[in-house]
Amino acid sequence: MSGFRLKTGGRIDRSQPVMFSFDGKSYQGFAGDTLASALLANGVMLFGRSFKYHRPRGLVAAGSEEPNALISVNRGPGRFTPNLRATGIEIHNGLNAFSQNRWPSLAMDFGAINDRLGMFFPAGFYNKTFMWPRSFWDKVYEPAIRKMAGLGDAPTTEDPDVYASTYAHCDLLIIGAGPAGIDAALGSMDSNKRIILIDEQDELGGGALADPALWPWLERSIKALTNAPNVTILTRTTAFGYYHDNFIGAVQRLTDHLPEIEDRPREKLWRIRAGEVVLAQGAIERPIVFDGNDTPGVMLSSAAKVYAHRYGVAVGKAPALMASHDSGWHDIFALAKAGIRICAIIDVRESVDSALMHEADRLGITVYLNHGVVGVHGRHGVSSVDICDYADQRVRRVDADALLMAGGWTPSVHLWSHSKGSLKWRDDLGAYVPDQPNENVHCVGGCSGDWDYGTGAVIDMLPTPKDQSRIKAFVDFQNDVTAKDITLAVREGFRSIEHIKRYTTNGMATDQGKTSNLNGLQIASSALNKPVPDIGLTSFRPPYTPQTFGALAGHAKGALFQPTRTTNIDSWAQAHGAVFELVAQWRRARYFPKPNEDMHAAVNRECVAVRSSLGIFDASTLGKIEVVGPDAAEFLNRMYTNPWKALEPGRCRYGLLLREDGFITDDGVSARLAPDRFHLTTTTGGAARVLNMMEDYLQTEWPDLDVWLTSTTEQYAVIALQGPNARKVLEPLVQGIDLSPEAFPHMAIREGTICGINTRLFRVSFTGELGFEINVPTAYGRAVWEQLMAQGAQYDITPYGTEAMHVLRAEKGFIIVGQDTDGTVTPFDAGLDWAVGKKKPDFVGKRSMARPDIIAPGRKQLVGLLTDDPNLVLEEGAQIVADPNQPIPMTMIGHVTSSYWSETLGRSIAMALVAGGHDRTGDTLHIPMPGKTHTAKVTGTVFYDPEGARLHV
Amino acid sequence: MILIHCPYCDEKRPEIEFANAGQAHIARPLDPSGQSDADWEAYLFIRANPRGRHHERWRHIHGCGRFFNAVRDTVTDKFETTYKAGEPRR
Ligand SMILES: [Zn+2]
Repeated sequence: MSGFRLKTGGRIDRSQPVMFSFDGKSYQGFAGDTLASALLANGVMLFGRSFKYHRPRGLVAAGSEEPNALISVNRGPGRFTPNLRATGIEIHNGLNAFSQNRWPSLAMDFGAINDRLGMFFPAGFYNKTFMWPRSFWDKVYEPAIRKMAGLGDAPTTEDPDVYASTYAHCDLLIIGAGPAGIDAALGSMDSNKRIILIDEQDELGGGALADPALWPWLERSIKALTNAPNVTILTRTTAFGYYHDNFIGAVQRLTDHLPEIEDRPREKLWRIRAGEVVLAQGAIERPIVFDGNDTPGVMLSSAAKVYAHRYGVAVGKAPALMASHDSGWHDIFALAKAGIRICAIIDVRESVDSALMHEADRLGITVYLNHGVVGVHGRHGVSSVDICDYADQRVRRVDADALLMAGGWTPSVHLWSHSKGSLKWRDDLGAYVPDQPNENVHCVGGCSGDWDYGTGAVIDMLPTPKDQSRIKAFVDFQNDVTAKDITLAVREGFRSIEHIKRYTTNGMATDQGKTSNLNGLQIASSALNKPVPDIGLTSFRPPYTPQTFGALAGHAKGALFQPTRTTNIDSWAQAHGAVFELVAQWRRARYFPKPNEDMHAAVNRECVAVRSSLGIFDASTLGKIEVVGPDAAEFLNRMYTNPWKALEPGRCRYGLLLREDGFITDDGVSARLAPDRFHLTTTTGGAARVLNMMEDYLQTEWPDLDVWLTSTTEQYAVIALQGPNARKVLEPLVQGIDLSPEAFPHMAIREGTICGINTRLFRVSFTGELGFEINVPTAYGRAVWEQLMAQGAQYDITPYGTEAMHVLRAEKGFIIVGQDTDGTVTPFDAGLDWAVGKKKPDFVGKRSMARPDIIAPGRKQLVGLLTDDPNLVLEEGAQIVADPNQPIPMTMIGHVTSSYWSETLGRSIAMALVAGGHDRTGDTLHIPMPGKTHTAKVTGTVFYDPEGARLHV
Repeated sequence: MILIHCPYCDEKRPEIEFANAGQAHIARPLDPSGQSDADWEAYLFIRANPRGRHHERWRHIHGCGRFFNAVRDTVTDKFETTYKAGEPRR
């Protein structure tokens, strides 16, 4: 059998031939065809191989519910899209489409051996067979199963397409533009409402597109809606998800149907917030379950009508109808009207409406009532069907080259269910319909269960005299689930449809069971001898149909995935060959290699320069918070561990910030500019978190305090000038500040100008050398930096990056919060108890420092580690044991937090968190690494200039 | 995406403008040092996990910056009400 193009009819443009290819072979269709209708017109019935048994499969449907005809489209490098439904692919010149899940070819598929072995693949097959040995799952079973049982291939190269996205707001959103949706739009068109009408197809009309009698109405309606200024029409747009508060996600396909892509975005993601939603998604016809119902050429009767009247394609020369519902009779009459010879109507019911009988009689169609199909002949296409007379169980053969199924209708409640609307069961429809809404939404037309297709019988599957164990009557075509699988699941003790679904995988394929859920429910209901509502209903979840990752990601990929923050000095670093790293969202210079220098050599040189003469460092990324108000000192006193009220204006203090549970969360040096004004600094990554925490306490615990917090991180460029020659370089550039050690001691702040620019000049050091941090308004950062470079040339001023900064601070035992602490480290653990104001009655975290866990012995404490081999640099994160000879698994007592080569000291240095570490000074600990166990001695954390003599000069 | 009413801005705004800040109406004791270990543990760590009405704090972090309280149903994810910090529990 095969389909063919009818001489007349359809909405295709017969004056515009379109050339395309399928599995490498060229075909011709017409503008307005889908891949499905064009191939059908060319006599192609075989569209793919099934998921598990690799059975030959053809079209079941004409819309987005199609379970079988999954297609890959290749538009060149990176533009390979698998798992598209042939019924939704609009053909264009040059379309390059492929079938899936077959090897070596669609007609001759090696995997079809699975079908012959079908008795070995019952429900739960994978769960039962591939349990043991456990270790085989990852390496043996799963890869093999994926190769044999996959859907389309995943793309392997980067997607070169651009995807757009937008937000939209409207008073009324109508989803689905069949007659019901169009009526809803026309009904509200004359109000002042902003209306959006969306439909997944290329033209409005839905079911009306297959009913030529409605075309004049459709044309008038579309014209009226197109001319209405308050109506936005989106075609080729799928509303894929319905979220809280009438927020709907939809994807509009912009270029897939065009022969040339040009520079346009491929798809556009719409995020629509609607005052009111009308769902007009229609209903999906239900297949009938019988042996051989998956043979190519067995399809929904409504689909055959769509192919005939919308696309001018006959699905066969002599189709027969298998019905349990009146709608199939109307469809078959419509086919007859299009000039297709109908060979038989078979209906499971004993009697039908006499008007239907008269019309069949008038058209000369043989009718078999109280009959059902019990077998289909033909493997790659229908050649004849066996039907059984249920009165006497006699089986006869009927010649037909296509078999149409009319099993009744299932309202499309997918989006209604996303919105958490409730459902009620209707026995007469054998379907769930919308009941109580959870949002401002209602359903119209087919998706509300309101249709004029007549009535039908609700059945689970067609009775058959055959041995049930020897037939293949499919329920879920896409996941290859048969009626037998569901009854087996019930026999094995599954009672809830949620469990039956997962055990059999019914309804779990990419179509979410659009054609299979209700049949599966009916079969389970019969097997359990319980009404359908008693065994539950599986939930629908977004997306309604599969969507591309590209559309969901939109512009948020590559460099636009998240913002990169750069300092005012970043461009200078770039121009001078800096190697960068990302810290939080900041791009920071990691080191400045000279020609032929690797990182190690560059960092060594930068460290030596700071210790021997002068280094310059961009510290602009430091978090900064301006704390202002009469209660500013009181506020900081409550937040930080150390006392702030006695700090004199002009002086700085190292601040340690705990969470209320007593653990270190941030630190930084802060300055008092005036009695009511502080300039706080935080870690680079902690700025937002610290400000949020301070706002929390200020707003909710101490609203009586008169304090204002302002983030000033991006208001200042900060240049750290560090080294014995720092003061000499500053002196000629600074006005209004006495830089002498007596007037401007370590841990002080002065305001004045540098190079004529206002500055807050800190005398602070994160290196252990004489140091200044120059704060200037951000826009002047690079200009001041360049002046300092020029002035410092005589001292061979050396720009250094974050890597040297880390080495220099580690030599001095300064911690990095988040590296040497991990959220479970107290000030005492970190050796910072000197920074805790013992006399303060309260501060955030103080009470927790007396918690039983925190005063218990054996806590991990920060120590220094010096390897016995001075040339060995331990790996950060390496685990530490006390006794290397203990049996595996060993008891690990800590880990290395910081570890560097110190060129200044001529050896490696490290810090580590070690259980009871403060009491282990002088002990040898062991660090097992692949191939060798290293040894190291526990020391204090300050490796260089422990007296701090170099600071106070 | 949920719409959340900020009681300070008096506007419903998309949830991406807000940050959750944990259970509401857990006041920091006025004298933490006077708390027993058990009381302090309860203040720090013990939180309700109700099925249904839940009092929680939110911050309009990408808006006015204010912390406020809300009653949200943990089953339906619907906000019953929101109100300013310091106002009595609803
Ligand atoms: Zn607000």
